[in-house]
Amino acid sequence: MTGAAAVASAFDVARIRREFPVLRTRVQGRPLAYLDNGATSQKPLAVVEAEGDFALLESANVHRGVHTLSFRATERFDQVRHDVASFLGAASPSEIVFTSGTTAAINQVAQGFARPMLTAGDEILVTEMEHHSNLVPWQMVARAAGARLRAIPVTERGELDLGALDRVLTARTRIVAVAHVSNVLGTLNPVRQLAEAAHAVGATVVVDGAQAVPHLPVDVRALGADFYAASAHKMYGPTGVGFLYGRADLLERMVPTQGGGGMIQRVTLEECTFAPVPQRFEAGTPPIAQVVGLGAAIRWMQSLDGDAVVAHESDLVTYAAGQLASVRGVRLIGAPVHRVGVVSFVMDPVHPHDIGTVLDAHGVAVRAGHHCAQPLMDRFRVPATVRASFAVYNTRAEVDALVAGLADVQRIFG
Amino acid sequence: MSDTRELYQLVILDHNRSPRNFRAMDGADRVAEGYNPMCGDQLKVWVRFDGDRIADVSFHGSGCAISKASASLMTTAVVGKTREEAKALFEGFHRMLTTEGDTGAGLPSKLAVFAGVREFPMRVKCATLSWHALKSTLENPAS
Repeated sequence: MTGAAAVASAFDVARIRREFPVLRTRVQGRPLAYLDNGATSQKPLAVVEAEGDFALLESANVHRGVHTLSFRATERFDQVRHDVASFLGAASPSEIVFTSGTTAAINQVAQGFARPMLTAGDEILVTEMEHHSNLVPWQMVARAAGARLRAIPVTERGELDLGALDRVLTARTRIVAVAHVSNVLGTLNPVRQLAEAAHAVGATVVVDGAQAVPHLPVDVRALGADFYAASAHKMYGPTGVGFLYGRADLLERMVPTQGGGGMIQRVTLEECTFAPVPQRFEAGTPPIAQVVGLGAAIRWMQSLDGDAVVAHESDLVTYAAGQLASVRGVRLIGAPVHRVGVVSFVMDPVHPHDIGTVLDAHGVAVRAGHHCAQPLMDRFRVPATVRASFAVYNTRAEVDALVAGLADVQRIFG
Repeated sequence: MSDTRELYQLVILDHNRSPRNFRAMDGADRVAEGYNPMCGDQLKVWVRFDGDRIADVSFHGSGCAISKASASLMTTAVVGKTREEAKALFEGFHRMLTTEGDTGAGLPSKLAVFAGVREFPMRVKCATLSWHALKSTLENPAS
């Protein structure tokens, strides 16, 4: 038994699974093997109960009532800002902006930070493996500002080609936008190294952390991330809420992209002054119950042994890659040295959607498609892939169910 | 319980493996594209008319077994048909995939093999992708 497997077996997955009722359900008559965590994770009882209890017993708006419930709601809400700040290693809770998710967070940075500062001829550097949510906002802002969008290429192994960095990172680069972990390949990108290079030319680093925060301890300051965005629902929390970390001095320079209640200090008919950071970026009533649920998700994750989680998930993804590679006809997409939580593959000539449908009949939930990363599909010359993505509650037996389902794919299409 | 054998009928598997009329067409009167941005399936359908009749129809592109087989069987079903007849086939096919209890009675049996798709709601778009492209070639005036 390898070291990782030994840790994994000592790790009490059965206890964790009991906290996720959905994992006991059957799909198509088979036990559910939920391997679509990259799309959204399941939620533990603690999260749903925190959200539900708040909605049933404590509902009130935040920052705008003298009554007791409003005061309590505000306290709960502000506490989660502290929780997120400590979860990310931010210097201060005021560096955390609640958003509707990663997408909204990146769009806020693109329109509120980058757009006002960019001039024609400036450059925005992305990577070939970005999710559309860390690509399209930059395309939009580049078009509006007359800026040039460049990309760090991806190698056949599915890693960033840092040898090309000298060519694509220039004195004109103002923004470097990169995924911490690829949602298709699972590649853990060398954000720290990129940040050093970016800062050396005076660029600001925007990190899409959606696929990293469920799996890894993140320290935004150690990473050198100037902005860092993630979503609650991929880390055992509710949908509809996410967060943006922004270094204090950068948030001061960023302008709000939405105006309304809650983000102002004083308003006359003609003009207004904005509330301080971060409230000025949170116009309107926020998703309060969901923020409470996010707080519960962070506490739930912190209740686990972090090293054991990393070891367990690393064992799963390594085991999955090995088992899949041994299936006749399966071709893994990429082979990154540092892989986190995700394995993508194709099984030519069977289309990933057909594979997904057959796997579903086996109770195995995977994602089949382009995973909102069409440029990466083009890079690997595939129209789509099948993606298995893991969470802390998954098991080797579920990987085996996936492999067994693929045998059925062979039988039908072989 | 939805059995994948109901979905992947032998006819469908055959047309997926060896799609008929799977080619670009020179001298087509109309060409239309079917694209599903959710999954990236992308098919082009070419049609050449002889008066009101479909003299030749072909398709090309990439997609799953359902979309490819459906396009293939569509080409074999509509060739020689008038615009109205082809539209009626579209309507009947669409109804079969979306209406509970509709088994495709009245449709050619080769199209009725797709009745099983109704049990897989997320695959209905795959089966109708090429048909929607065909429909647009029938409705818009020839360019």
